Amino acid sequence: MDFLVFQYPMITIQACLDGLLLGILFALIAYGMALQWGVMNIINIAQGDLVILGGYIAYFMYLYGIHPAWGVIVSPIIMYFVGIAIYKLVINKVVDRDLFISILATFGISILFMQLMNFAFGADVVLANSGYGTTMLFDNNVVLPNSKIFSAFISILFAICLVVYMKRSKLGRAIRATAQNARAAKILGVDTEKVYAATFGINAALCGVAGALISITFTIHPYMGLPYTIRSFMIVIVAGLGNLPGVAMSGMGLGIFEEFADYILGTEFRIGSVFLLLVLILVYRRFKLSRKREYLK
Amino acid sequence: MSKNSWILYIGILVFGLVAPFIFPAFKVQLSILCVLIVLATTWNIQGGEMGYNTFGNILFYGLGMYLCASVQVGMFFPLAEWTESGGEKTFVHTPSQFFQGMAVGLVVAAVVPTIVAGLIGYAILGLRGHYFAICTLGLGVAAGEISGGIEIIGAGQGFTTPPFPNIGGLEARGEFFYFLSFGALVLTFIAVRAIYTTRFRLILNAIRDNEDKAEAMGIETMKYKITGWMISAFFCGLAGGIMGGLVGYIDSTDVAFDGREMGVFMVLMAILGGKGTLWGPIIGATLFHFFKEGFWTFFLGWQYVALGVLIVVIVIYFPEGLMGWLREKYPERFGEVVDEADRKAQVELK
Repeated sequence: MDFLVFQYPMITIQACLDGLLLGILFALIAYGMALQWGVMNIINIAQGDLVILGGYIAYFMYLYGIHPAWGVIVSPIIMYFVGIAIYKLVINKVVDRDLFISILATFGISILFMQLMNFAFGADVVLANSGYGTTMLFDNNVVLPNSKIFSAFISILFAICLVVYMKRSKLGRAIRATAQNARAAKILGVDTEKVYAATFGINAALCGVAGALISITFTIHPYMGLPYTIRSFMIVIVAGLGNLPGVAMSGMGLGIFEEFADYILGTEFRIGSVFLLLVLILVYRRFKLSRKREYLK
Repeated sequence: MSKNSWILYIGILVFGLVAPFIFPAFKVQLSILCVLIVLATTWNIQGGEMGYNTFGNILFYGLGMYLCASVQVGMFFPLAEWTESGGEKTFVHTPSQFFQGMAVGLVVAAVVPTIVAGLIGYAILGLRGHYFAICTLGLGVAAGEISGGIEIIGAGQGFTTPPFPNIGGLEARGEFFYFLSFGALVLTFIAVRAIYTTRFRLILNAIRDNEDKAEAMGIETMKYKITGWMISAFFCGLAGGIMGGLVGYIDSTDVAFDGREMGVFMVLMAILGGKGTLWGPIIGATLFHFFKEGFWTFFLGWQYVALGVLIVVIVIYFPEGLMGWLREKYPERFGEVVDEADRKAQVELK
């Protein structure tokens, strides 16, 4: 095996660090997905497209001469209202229905967003240059862009803020109560409709933050949404709903896996390997569960 | 089968046979319609009858497309050189080579996906509900991404299928592909209709309604699920092979494993017509094709926006589909088609 990864240990370190920083971002998106999945029992295929939309907001600030890092604050605010609008128009009609209906409806939203972004922003691959420079480690063998470190830091900050908010605030308590038992929460006076809207809005806002960070560190493109959805879905099913440390860990694991797949198989198979990993994880999970079922018999 | 339904079937058959001569300008559209109906009808075996909402039938469609074209080229010429030369044809198929290649290619395109479905079926079909939906979605996209990286089938630059031999020009080409796809449609319809009159359909419905209970009743659900998927894969592969020849150019993510278009279309068509019925997907596909061509013609550039809105509207307001809606609204007044399906369903339920 004459892969570069095995010959030069520095590349291994590089891939690991890149993967870790990338994975923290994935974990942030996955946290949003876990939130709405847990509370509303909806799998949002448009998750990735919300991320990309958030990224375009930061990119536009960059185009108009504002530093794109401010997108981290502006984009979630805009995305919150976008999320509420989507909820009011579509999601509240599919919340109580079959899961497949919600998957298909959000698939429709995803196609819609993809194409609207393609019209509005063009089909070019763009990136907002933050001008943060790079950090060199290990005798200049490992190169880390400061923007990646910045984005990981901001992701952790937002995640911590959200956890505290969910624990302490009134709305956070209402959201957690609805997730546990929507009917009981309703009886006890929680306006579940409002809670659902807020949950979807918070999810969209998280996507906005992640998108802004992605536009700084990586590139964005109107059609790049679906892989982010699949990644976050994968992270959530590996970690399980409501397992926050698990989400962080599996996010970082996925990031490292992707970097290594990139080095070993080549960039053209990167997305393919992510999707294939999803299939493998689901199949593994299926066999594990079926063994449990047989055991119960 | 009553006398009326015989008249209906023969009427449709005759219409199908003369259609390319009545509407010569729409031959390609009609062939695409046939392929769409095949896809919707076979999706319905999973999504409608079995309750397994798959996005992954596109895998078999794309596989069939690549296999048919590869066999057609590879039988006579080196495949790698063909794809390398891209658009400029260094090799030319003689008519007999073309038709031989097509015949063998279609058989391979139908059989190999069936085997693939049988092999992966045990692993994939054990998943339930949304896990199954997302897993098959991933399967389709992964196949597209991976085939886009394989050199011998053209990788990112695409694969040009053998051009139709120079006999009779465009007219003959259109007629050939029309009758091929119409043949596939008739074959699919006969097969699916035959399946739906047997116990097999009842078992699939039992799986849809309550899989654990069906298992407890002593039905080996996995066996039937895999068989159902293999039947779908057979016809999807066949449809893919025909579509590859019809389009004339295969791209991994835009034509073959096109989860964003064909993969969603087949779901949408079946839901639009009414899933879980024999005629629903057929009516749905026909309507959808008109919608789609309208969008593509009048809203050029905005067609995906219109498509996205259409998906959302159909899913929210017509989850039961046209057949379900009509059946609810006019249980008696609706024409023969629904009555026939309805009565049959009731007889089978007893």
